Amino acid sequence: MADVALQPDRVGAAQPARKRSSLQKALKRKSTAAFLMTLPLIILITVLVLYPAFYSLHLATLNKSMQRFIGLGNFEFLFKRDTFWLVVKQSCIFAITAVLFKALIGFIVAHFVHNIPAKGQRKWRGMLLVPWVTPPAMSTLAWLWLFDPSYSAFNYTLSFFGIGPIPWTGDAAWARFSVILVNVWYGAPFFMIMYLASLKSVPDQLYEAAAIDGANWWQRIWYVTLPMMRNIIAITTLFSLIVTFANFDIVRILTAGGPLDHTHIFATWAFRIGIEGSDIPLGASVSLFMVPILAIAAIFILRDVNKRGNEA
Amino acid sequence: MSSVTIDKAAPTRTVKYGSMSRDRKWALRWSYFFLTLFAVFSLLPPIYMLITSLKSSAEISAATNPWWVFQPTLENYVGLLTSNQFLRFFWNSALVSIFVVTITMLISVPAAFALARMRFWGSATLATGVFLTYLIPDSLLFIPLFKVFALFGDWTGIQLINRWYVLLFIYPTLTVPFCTWIMIGYFASIPKELDEAAIIDGASWFQTLTRIFIPVALPGLIAATIFAFTVSWAQFLYPLVFTTSTDQLVLPVGIITTLIKGDVFNWGQIMTGALLGAAPPLIIYAFLMDYYIAGLTAGATKG
Repeated sequence: MADVALQPDRVGAAQPARKRSSLQKALKRKSTAAFLMTLPLIILITVLVLYPAFYSLHLATLNKSMQRFIGLGNFEFLFKRDTFWLVVKQSCIFAITAVLFKALIGFIVAHFVHNIPAKGQRKWRGMLLVPWVTPPAMSTLAWLWLFDPSYSAFNYTLSFFGIGPIPWTGDAAWARFSVILVNVWYGAPFFMIMYLASLKSVPDQLYEAAAIDGANWWQRIWYVTLPMMRNIIAITTLFSLIVTFANFDIVRILTAGGPLDHTHIFATWAFRIGIEGSDIPLGASVSLFMVPILAIAAIFILRDVNKRGNEA
Repeated sequence: MSSVTIDKAAPTRTVKYGSMSRDRKWALRWSYFFLTLFAVFSLLPPIYMLITSLKSSAEISAATNPWWVFQPTLENYVGLLTSNQFLRFFWNSALVSIFVVTITMLISVPAAFALARMRFWGSATLATGVFLTYLIPDSLLFIPLFKVFALFGDWTGIQLINRWYVLLFIYPTLTVPFCTWIMIGYFASIPKELDEAAIIDGASWFQTLTRIFIPVALPGLIAATIFAFTVSWAQFLYPLVFTTSTDQLVLPVGIITTLIKGDVFNWGQIMTGALLGAAPPLIIYAFLMDYYIAGLTAGATKG
């Protein structure tokens, strides 16, 4: 019976009248219905995610014109290039620094919002989440204009404090700083809202008990809040690490990898090589370097998610 | 306030009561002070977009205070809203987003229902798989997808690259996994008695979904819809890779490729375009913030 349910074609071989009724029966069966309901999802994931993902492994082994199999040639080529190692270094600096600051700022701001009376919280939450809702491509344009070398609003303001014009996107160190700053601006609200949600789920009794035991503010955070929030902190950080590591729009619009490739990260460099430079195999090989880090983060997240599933 | 009531019962009441309430007051003041700082930081770029959008190009290049508009003008808005090109981008973006939201809902709601309620062979694996797919970023897939679509064009003669509707195939890879994932969460929180009763009364699975699950999980559905819309409206990498002709571009790519001409930045128009481009998600968010936040935190804090 289960066979019939999973293979509607075979039902079609039966006589017309019987076919209809048994088809209806098959549709009513739970497993068939469930299968049909998930079928579009399965097709989508297989055709447009899994297949391209594995196809990119194949692409990475071809030569530039995609006619010859060259094995690991692309990787060998990358390993010999200084720019590649620069990109590896920058991707790591970018992702780790940005995530650290996002987590830190998110945690602090969540505390402040949690601290104020409940009826005013909605307004603050609303304002603080605006960066996360604004399309990054649009807001990065605003940052680009704020950073503009000659008419920059920032440099104009800083000149009042006697701080000379800063080449925000023109100098390697400042360009890295700017890119990270914009990423922190964009991503910190996400942490804030996640932490705020989990702060609200910490039972008040725990704090009351801690207060009775004479715990000070710092001890309450260290011994009550942090342990209670540990899961959320871990999941949010890992998730953000994936997203930040794979970021494209902010770097692309703000610096396009410059000056002299000093802000390229995997995604933007892969775009430069693969699409702009039309060396698709080499671009595919570059973006494949994101996989190990994504996989490690995903394994950890998945462990947490499954743990949560078992507890529920 | 709760700390105050506790301290009333404490032995050294009078001394501690005063200091605690003073501490609390200062904590509040500091909270507001830092929240204001962070809010200014958060709102700085959007506000600056607005300020610049109201300036004429002469005022933008003048060495006056950039934080103030001396001669407000709507010329940038008029210029953009009467340009066919810009309206075309806006229209493309709207079209893509509306279709993607519809496709996403049609795929992810039934799938989430099946995964949340109808245990079948492989359902647990598939649920995990959906979550993992959600973690695969666009910047990993754009190159193979580009090649796949190019090959598809070679094989079938149907050119999808450089047509706005190619995005309708690609965006769901970003929106469907997430929406399915949060809908699984919402559906799982609906009491089992509800659908068991419906099944006993003779409802089909499909009826159970449309008559019971969708109405009950409507907040989750709204959250998922907002997400799908925000993601498809804001997506930048895929349209940059897959579309090039001016009449096929969506808003973010359109603004960046057409308003920036070489090294000449027409900042007044760029900022106006960016503001108009950011407006739809921001407006939706202003009205449906609670759903948005509920959706954002749903996956992580449930259970």
